[in-house]
Amino acid sequence: MEQFLRNIIDNNFFIYGVMAVVPLLWIVPYALFAVWLERKVSAHMQDRLGPMRVGGWHGWAQTIADILKLIQKEDIVPTAADRKLHFLSPWIVFIGSYAAFAAIPFSSAFIGSNINIGLFYVIAVSSLVVVGILMAGWSSNNKWSLFGAMRSAAQIVSYEIPTALALLAVVMIAGTLNLQEINQQQNGWFWQWYLFRKFPFIFVAFVIYFVASLAETNRTPFDIPEAESELVAGYHTEYSGMKFALFFLAEYANMFAVSAIGSTLFLGGWNSPFGDFLGGPFWGVFWFLSKGMLFVFVQMWLRWTLPRLRVDQLMYVSWKVLTPWAFACILGVGFWMMF
Amino acid sequence: MPDTLTAPIKTSTGRALRTEEMVINMGPQHPSTHGVLRLELVVDGEIVVDVIPHIGYLHRCFEKHAEHMTNYQQVIPYCDRMDYVAAMNMELGYALAVEKLLGIKVPDRVEYIRVIMAELQRIASHLIAAGTYGLDIGAFTPFLYMFRDRERILDLFETTCGARLLYNYIWVGGVSHDLPPGFIDKAKAFCKYFRPKIKEYNDLLTFNEIFVKRTANVGVLPADVAIAYGCSGPMLRGSGVNWDLRRDDPYSIYDRFQWQPQIGKGEMGTVGDCWDRYIVRIREMEQSINIIEQALEQIPEGDVMSAIPKRIRPNAGEVYVRTESARGELGYYIISDGSTSPYRVKARSPSFVNLSVLPEICRGSMIADVVAITGSTDIVLGEVDR
Repeated sequence: MEQFLRNIIDNNFFIYGVMAVVPLLWIVPYALFAVWLERKVSAHMQDRLGPMRVGGWHGWAQTIADILKLIQKEDIVPTAADRKLHFLSPWIVFIGSYAAFAAIPFSSAFIGSNINIGLFYVIAVSSLVVVGILMAGWSSNNKWSLFGAMRSAAQIVSYEIPTALALLAVVMIAGTLNLQEINQQQNGWFWQWYLFRKFPFIFVAFVIYFVASLAETNRTPFDIPEAESELVAGYHTEYSGMKFALFFLAEYANMFAVSAIGSTLFLGGWNSPFGDFLGGPFWGVFWFLSKGMLFVFVQMWLRWTLPRLRVDQLMYVSWKVLTPWAFACILGVGFWMMF
Repeated sequence: MPDTLTAPIKTSTGRALRTEEMVINMGPQHPSTHGVLRLELVVDGEIVVDVIPHIGYLHRCFEKHAEHMTNYQQVIPYCDRMDYVAAMNMELGYALAVEKLLGIKVPDRVEYIRVIMAELQRIASHLIAAGTYGLDIGAFTPFLYMFRDRERILDLFETTCGARLLYNYIWVGGVSHDLPPGFIDKAKAFCKYFRPKIKEYNDLLTFNEIFVKRTANVGVLPADVAIAYGCSGPMLRGSGVNWDLRRDDPYSIYDRFQWQPQIGKGEMGTVGDCWDRYIVRIREMEQSINIIEQALEQIPEGDVMSAIPKRIRPNAGEVYVRTESARGELGYYIISDGSTSPYRVKARSPSFVNLSVLPEICRGSMIADVVAITGSTDIVLGEVDR
């Protein structure tokens, strides 16, 4: 028996299993917190209080109550829906955003999988989301959902280009796609962060990345796929109960994933901004999560401030503004490195 | 429609791919049709080929009800329920029409109270129009800012007549209650509070780059088309036609105040686009504040009940009275057969007429634009269907 347990622990699959679950231990509480935070942020920006009752202090248990409600809800599938795809798509969307966490360095001592092509992997795997969204829109057999899905596909595919190009500018300096190594290169004070190197090229790349990441996560002003006032709820119109909750979870997971990539590449990831002050693997988690949450907060801030773009304007921003500027950044960094 | 959109798409082998337009149903349960409007959209991808509005989901037989009341006063609560976000304006038009039929002159104090209420209501209504318009474009926060300020107006109404939405306040020959003590000070305080808020809306929404991009040059309604369709109110003034019944055909005591009707000038795009219609409403709120402030200064003392007739029994005849409601020209055509209840009441509702122009200005735009255009016409379905 003891030998058997020892075998399991020694077995790599066991380790992989644990490593795979650890991000979930972060994502689920984070999503619950972020949904609560979004409500509170929006409420305070709008001169209201937001949830105040459930759980006592400022309605902290509101989202837990909501999740419990969603779990109990009837799962309604439209009669004309493609049942298999309808069932599968929320999972694909969730897997797409969850898998990205495998290569994100939470601390110098913890990373799900320290692969050489970490950044490439994250970009690649997060585009899986668009497949799930397309499936959701198509299988619902609802014209509004289909519109949402088509818009989403066009949008996410378009915005991946400026995103990837902006990240490439950093990769050119770093000379590696390994996210852990990129972090180590930014060790020291905050002016060592890539954000402030090769000024202003990387800074511009950072702005491009941030704008494009809003579009990748379908956040305002780019929330066209689920534009409430136009498409009712976009691709997830016909989803209810736990499937809807999965879309929701995926959205918040994705928000953090893009924020984490942004903070890793531009803001030094788990590095302390003040040299050795509060450095080390343990505080690294703190710095990393705070930087990530800062971005998440900015995303919420924008959502409750800005109106929404139109589809053609969205494409214009991607192809005629962000992409050329991202190329300019790459060119600028390239010339800087050569001369 | 450009040829590139209608030309058949070829596959790689040269075979023509069959494409067809899609009919999509927007409403009656849709977040941005402002009630129970149903729009049948014929779309080619994201491009709207045609729009067919279907109305009648909120038809409550106002005109028939009015004929079956036992007296003229009983119609007023039904007037409230036509344009439920500008109920004071609805009551005012009806009361004026019946008074004209009876040939009554109401005391000056009543006239002033009516103007103050109607203009406060116009601000409240325009706040809803602008706020929900922001919502249509995707900005959530301005909506709540505007509702916060509308709440103050509703509080003023509540102190006056106890109701916040449907008042039954303006009666034939008078008003149901005199102004409560302290109302004038509260109303003045509101005017002082509200002026800077308009700047806040402008900073947050009106001149927001994305908002301008979404609304400028969208849904352009040329002046001649607007006149041909019989549009009125901010819809007509947004197209650059300087026509406001409060100035051009003054009723009540509107000729006693200094103010300027606002027209669209095409500052951000073309004259008559959505942004123009929006900004006309924002600027009209400022003008309404001007009128309210003057009225609050001039209001005389008097008995608001003195002219209310004991029994309303007009001589046989007919009357048409038009007033400028928050949405445009509101007309009441009343026929009396000499009995105590109207023989026929016809309401000419501005929203209904403004809505009729929708297909004309929506063709060739995108789905998101249909939402923007519908929002900028500012319809209230209770008034469209009556």
